[in-house]
Amino acid sequence: MSALIKSSPRLSHLDRLESEAIHIIREAAGERTRLALLFSGGKDSATVLHLARKAFWPEKLPFPLLHVDTGHNFTEVLEFRDAEARRHGERLIVRQVEDSIVRGTVKLAKAEASRNAAQSVTLLEAVEEFQFDALIGGARRDEEKARAKERIFSHRDEFGAWNPKAQRPELWSLYNARINPGEHMRVFPLSNWTERDVWTYIGREGIALPSLYFAHPRDVVRRDGLLVPATALTPPRVGETVERVSVRFRTVGDITGTCPVESTAATVEDILIETELSDLSERGATRMDDRANEAAMERRKREGYF
Amino acid sequence: MRAVQPPAGAFDGEPGVLRFITAGSVDDGKSTLIGRLLFDSKGLLRDQVAALTTARGAQSALQDGDIDLALVTDGLESEREQGITIDVAYRYFATPRRSFVIADAPGHEQYTRNMVTAASNAEVAIILIDASRLAGKGLKAQTRRHATIAALMGLKVIVAVNKMDLTGWSRAVFEEIRENFERVARTLAIADPVYVPLAAKHGDNVAARSPHTPWYEGPPLLEILETIEAARGVSAAFRLPVQRVLRMANGARAYAGRVESGVVKPGDEVVAMPSGQSAVVESIRTYDGSRADAAEGQSVSIVLDRDLDLGRGDTLTSQDAQAVKSVTADLCWLDEAPWEKGRRYLLRQATRTTQALIESIVFVREMTELAEVSEASGLKLNDIASVRIKTRDAILGDLYGARPATGAFVLIDPVSNQTAAAGMIREAA
Ligand SMILES: Nc1nc2c(ncn2[C@@H]2O[C@H](COP(=O)(O)OP(=O)(O)O)[C@@H](O)[C@H]2O)c(=O)[nH]1
Repeated sequence: MSALIKSSPRLSHLDRLESEAIHIIREAAGERTRLALLFSGGKDSATVLHLARKAFWPEKLPFPLLHVDTGHNFTEVLEFRDAEARRHGERLIVRQVEDSIVRGTVKLAKAEASRNAAQSVTLLEAVEEFQFDALIGGARRDEEKARAKERIFSHRDEFGAWNPKAQRPELWSLYNARINPGEHMRVFPLSNWTERDVWTYIGREGIALPSLYFAHPRDVVRRDGLLVPATALTPPRVGETVERVSVRFRTVGDITGTCPVESTAATVEDILIETELSDLSERGATRMDDRANEAAMERRKREGYF
Repeated sequence: MRAVQPPAGAFDGEPGVLRFITAGSVDDGKSTLIGRLLFDSKGLLRDQVAALTTARGAQSALQDGDIDLALVTDGLESEREQGITIDVAYRYFATPRRSFVIADAPGHEQYTRNMVTAASNAEVAIILIDASRLAGKGLKAQTRRHATIAALMGLKVIVAVNKMDLTGWSRAVFEEIRENFERVARTLAIADPVYVPLAAKHGDNVAARSPHTPWYEGPPLLEILETIEAARGVSAAFRLPVQRVLRMANGARAYAGRVESGVVKPGDEVVAMPSGQSAVVESIRTYDGSRADAAEGQSVSIVLDRDLDLGRGDTLTSQDAQAVKSVTADLCWLDEAPWEKGRRYLLRQATRTTQALIESIVFVREMTELAEVSEASGLKLNDIASVRIKTRDAILGDLYGARPATGAFVLIDPVSNQTAAAGMIREAA
């Protein structure tokens, strides 16, 4: 049929992870009808998008992409998000935390406060608006402890909350995605991937990423052992000096809560070498609000944050 | 934005993965052992160590090198407060020889279902025994339960005899435990369990051989894990449960799914179950191109030489498959709500969902002597039983021992949506 024939040697670790993720995504689409793929433009969601395209090839995705924009995202990432959706001809839905603030459903203590927690409100509003019954996301179990216990198909009640004590047993690859009206599932195809697996896969597949992930010069201040980017939203404090440092971001969330690490890594291979040597885990190095409280993630998840 | 090219040769030669569970009763030292494995394999990253030294908790006393290894694994805030691990937590570490996924299952009896969950996706079980509490007393009921689950799920068993330091490194204690477990292994038909004497807290026989156990000739635990072969057999019979039907560019239908056992090639004659119609494989398609074959574990799309009008829930198989409406199966009851006689549950096997009725209980396994109690009338949380099940639509009569992916099923309560039971087909009628 085709000249391009591949033989099948023993499946490598990455091949297995890829195949499992494709299986999970197809199961989600087989068991639920109104899905969305959470696409922020970050590396994990770019990886999930790539896997979803493989899962349904040559058809387009049977569901839209959804992004909850905190209004505090890096421009490079938003441009990348839009360009990727356009390039693949996929439908992208964007909902703004700003709109929830205007509606009064989100109230912030301070205007410049991190909007990570507020994201959950806007996300649940989108779930209600579109009647989504399953959201596919890029979370991994190696990110931190609360995640390490979450199911691949994770149930959310009518309030969008995760109940860690009442998780359904998840056996073999038999995912139970049954829900009552008003509830939804979160589906995590990258559950069993590590940060290293994701980077290796991005390299192997040539998955495009926003430029922020690679070393670039940036104005930062040094604060509590972190590099804080000097931006309009995160201005230097009195007495702090702004330096221009070669940095890269390991995650690209809310500007007010995402710090880069010092780096000269310009390629995926450089990043792999650096992460192999680095003794800081991904969130520890880069998320200000997670450091404030070890249990922050678990609490945010109970509140419905992804 | 940039497209990234993989550097040549950077992604070859990856080692295989071993998934194992750890099972033990509370305080046998399971968390300590996992902490030790992660720590000794350098899996612990610096900031996680820092978090441990500040973590709140009922017993956050610092031990050994100023870290409480057990706190590595106690994840959720709620369970940290209770001081027990309630749910399966997955951890990842690697040595130069192999990558590992630990499914850390809670020890307590009321969480047996969590262990069943963990075991379903593992190849090996480490069953932990506290040597200091066991001398002269025989195995705990909990240990027998763990062994039963490992046997049911077809796992290879490593018996980790922990806290050997507290027995004065007694060879006699180790041998006594080995003999006790051998009896259990014979009853349950567990093939060749591996035994290793440990002191997880101090690292003896974990990553390196201990000077305290000159009488122990085997390798340390980490080396056992690096070299152990999974017990589950690889089946030659082809199975691909259809997840979805995709349309190729030329309009042909392709059946998307993962090969759950065997191998398939273009030209092979396959049978669609349960209808029994046959067709020939025309091509095997993926995003990355057409394939010469597809083997167990690969997600692909299969184009047949004729239209069979298949859908999700059907399975492409080799000639040997049989469709049945009645099976004998081992069940682990997982739901708080007990089985209700006469009630219909949903049975999910691979991608197929149908209604099922438990017709009768053959026996429930009692956990003290591991006896088969045949006059049992009910099934409740954590019960392990053999039952006869009737299904509304035909399912695949695959036996779990030969083909775990299609020989397994779950029962779902159609009202609460809870996963009520895990099932393994032992006989197909
Ligand atoms: N003496 C000794 N104590 C141990 C050993 N392994 C664990 N412990 C201690 O046993 C207690 C229970 O251990 P933990 O790992 O929390 O048990 P878990 O409930 O099975 O996770 C802790 O105080 C550990 O320090 C060992 O090899 N020797």
